[in-house]
Amino acid sequence: MLRWIRRATLGAVAVLSFLVLATSAGWLVTDGPLAGRQEVASGPASLPIGGPFSLTDHRGRAVTERDFRGRPMAVFFGFTHCPDVCPTTLGEMTALIEALGPDADRLHWLFVSVDWERDTPEALAGYLEAFDARIVGLSGSEPQVAEAARSFRVYYRRVPLEGGGYTMDHSASVFLIDGAGRFAGTIDNKESEEVAVQKLGMLVAR
Amino acid sequence: MRTLLRSLAAPALALAAVIPAANAQQGDVAVSAAWTRAVGTTAPTAAGYMTLRNRGAAPDRLVGAETPAARSVEIHEQRMEEGVMCMRPLPGGVPLPPGETVTLGPGGTHLMLVGPTRALARGEWVPLTLRFERAGEVRVELSVEAAGARQPAHAGH
Repeated sequence: MLRWIRRATLGAVAVLSFLVLATSAGWLVTDGPLAGRQEVASGPASLPIGGPFSLTDHRGRAVTERDFRGRPMAVFFGFTHCPDVCPTTLGEMTALIEALGPDADRLHWLFVSVDWERDTPEALAGYLEAFDARIVGLSGSEPQVAEAARSFRVYYRRVPLEGGGYTMDHSASVFLIDGAGRFAGTIDNKESEEVAVQKLGMLVAR
Repeated sequence: MRTLLRSLAAPALALAAVIPAANAQQGDVAVSAAWTRAVGTTAPTAAGYMTLRNRGAAPDRLVGAETPAARSVEIHEQRMEEGVMCMRPLPGGVPLPPGETVTLGPGGTHLMLVGPTRALARGEWVPLTLRFERAGEVRVELSVEAAGARQPAHAGH
């Protein structure tokens, strides 16, 4: 009998504390001090990635982010003196373009160089010859590259090499931006092509 | 039956003499599946990938390479650090411990062909001389695969 009473009391306490916690947590998130944070957690669209940029494309045309509105875009930052990872990613982009078929024309495919000194529009044009012709190369002056990198929260750094020259460290993800310029996720270089095609398909269908 | 074999063997041998070799052996070092990727006319760099095997009992080391298709060849490693790609030269080369196989491949240690002297087209072969500390020089041919290929087209054959 005593045991039964103890159990019932414990149960009641558990239920009560759950109710108190649940309601106060609810208040905290909806009206309380944590209410403002909810927007941050509501999805990738609220992340400030994919802001303004002003660059030159590989055909020598000055462009800004407004020239690419209306169609979603897949954006990758790299540099042409990169023999390994950049061709891998651009090769994957080429494969994704082929896998998407006609849908590929409903996206912009951008390769932004972080190497402001060496990557002229001509250098980009020659480099991109080996990949799908729909990939647009973008380059700019040091401040222009810095602005674009800030807009996409991209990290890059020029690293001097022994014996002269330099290499660039850079973020490796492909950023997905919807037609209205909102961040819509990334394609990681570890993901399968199947997953990437699904993500791009959803982006195009938005 | 014997004549049949002989009639098959002769052209096969003739072919073997003509087909460039993505595989080679010198001393205790065996090189296989050597390849590179197609690059455009103004590409400042290209990559070289292959599998190296040390069949001997002593350690060896890949210390350098050269090719008529590029100004110079460097040995690089590629690392991913918190989502950031970092590429650095490996001045000490690639160690080849006895009995071990080391793969130079996309996203890892690779050869960087600095300043290709021409565009490299898919299906071509590019001669390359590798220099090992013990085994000496090994001549091999890189098969040119599609731009951005993950592996040579005949991997696993």
